Amino acid sequence: MLILLGVAVVIVGFAVRLNPLLVVVAAAIVTGLLAGLPLPAVIAAFGKAFNDNRFVSVAYLVLPLVGVIERAGVREQAARVIAGLKGVSVGRLLISYMALREITTAVGLVSIAGQAQTIRPLVAPMAEAAAAAQDPDLAPETVHRIRAMAAATDNVAVFFSEDIFVAIGSVLLMVGFLASSHIVMDPLRLSLWAIPTAVAAFVIHTVRLILFDRRLRPKTGAEAKA
Amino acid sequence: MIKLGAVYLLAGLMFAGFSAFSAFDQANPKRFGNTAFWGLVSLSFLAGDRLGDMGNGVLVLALAALSGLGLLGRGQPATTSPAERLALAQRFGARLFAPALVLPIVVGVGVLVLKPVTFGGQPLMDPKQATLISLALAVILALAVALTLLRQPLTSPLQEGRRLVDTIGWAVLLPQFLAALGAVFAAAGVGKVIGDLATAYLPLDTRAAAVSVYCLGMAAFTMVMGNAFAAFPVLTGGIALPILVGRFGADPAVVASIGMLSGFCGTLMTPLAANFNLVPPALLEIPDRYAVIKAQIPTALLMLATNTVLMYVLAFRH
Repeated sequence: MLILLGVAVVIVGFAVRLNPLLVVVAAAIVTGLLAGLPLPAVIAAFGKAFNDNRFVSVAYLVLPLVGVIERAGVREQAARVIAGLKGVSVGRLLISYMALREITTAVGLVSIAGQAQTIRPLVAPMAEAAAAAQDPDLAPETVHRIRAMAAATDNVAVFFSEDIFVAIGSVLLMVGFLASSHIVMDPLRLSLWAIPTAVAAFVIHTVRLILFDRRLRPKTGAEAKA
Repeated sequence: MIKLGAVYLLAGLMFAGFSAFSAFDQANPKRFGNTAFWGLVSLSFLAGDRLGDMGNGVLVLALAALSGLGLLGRGQPATTSPAERLALAQRFGARLFAPALVLPIVVGVGVLVLKPVTFGGQPLMDPKQATLISLALAVILALAVALTLLRQPLTSPLQEGRRLVDTIGWAVLLPQFLAALGAVFAAAGVGKVIGDLATAYLPLDTRAAAVSVYCLGMAAFTMVMGNAFAAFPVLTGGIALPILVGRFGADPAVVASIGMLSGFCGTLMTPLAANFNLVPPALLEIPDRYAVIKAQIPTALLMLATNTVLMYVLAFRH
């Protein structure tokens, strides 16, 4: 029971918005000490785990590319493309993006898009431009909400469609765990039963995006009259 | 064979570049904090396997201290102004998207075509790491296209990368820190304690109750651990297999598949899934660090309810 204090450190630390890196280190030390390890062993164990997980940070290799194309005006160009189209809205744009992202992810192409390489340079500026076409003086809070929704849409699309691909980590983990529990499972069956959830996620998030569009619209209408 | 080590070398050189350029950034009053921080990240990528566990532990403490004491500033590399960018956009037009398209195409080719290629029995790339290796190759090619097609200066990848990495700041390393914390939690048996508590105190006597406990438990447990993969073995071994499959005869394929996806609902709602939830607000320059989580909560809760119903309906078809 006492071992859960480490979890409590994380929850409280994040809730009161302390520096997250310090919170994580504190939680690891508390947990390790409660598990009966001496302090140097806890630090060494955390260091080893950090080193073993370096692959998590490899995705930042895209930053120089994103920065260079931003320097050359890609976000402005993305906005110009959207401004030149008629009838585009934040919701319709993000629904199209979600459809594309779910389909490519379901065939295993999870890493062809993402927050750094797609949302920041392309999708977020496009969404902002779509909103600005209806209301040129967007409040900063509205811009932030649009960006957050663009990021959320990428996550929702990926999470609920990645298991349709057979050779993805989570499906392989399930097969491995079930095998260790003496259940032989064809990964294809796990992928098959991921499809209803993927469809539901598309429908539910689409409805939310349509409602998001409506909330953006009446406000702009009222302001135009005033 | 191309292995993950080559990708780490590339990442290490990139962070070394960020560190070096930071040192000369007069506009950043905390420039030596940035130099030290990105320098340590570079050291980890270049020499992490030779530092030893204790060495890596000290490195992690130093990184946490630099960020916790507020020694990390935001670099101001010389870049183009908004007006210049608009002019460049008008000049280059659709050509600007070419590098952004090269990236997914090369990743796709790498994962689908190059992964199975072998030379004299040796695979071209380590098949377990094909995605990361393909991503590194794709970045190099896309950068080459960007620099030539858009005529950008040769220092721009490191300077512009540094601009973005400083925008994200300490959050860059949070996903890796949390992954390491997950390993410590697992070694200390945190998951097992929570799983035992859940099975001991929660109602599991009807199909509907057991399905609800498993789905909601997967989401809640994922929120606490930051990762559905940590929750899955504990709750599937503790609740789903003995009770849903064993006692009520549910289809294990439906239970496992939808159980994992219920865990993903939790991932959408927790700050511990930092790479999905906390890095994007930093990257998109949204002041509220929980803005993306807030945008995701309604979808996540509706999906959790949907998953629970789907499991109840689909797992007991016969």
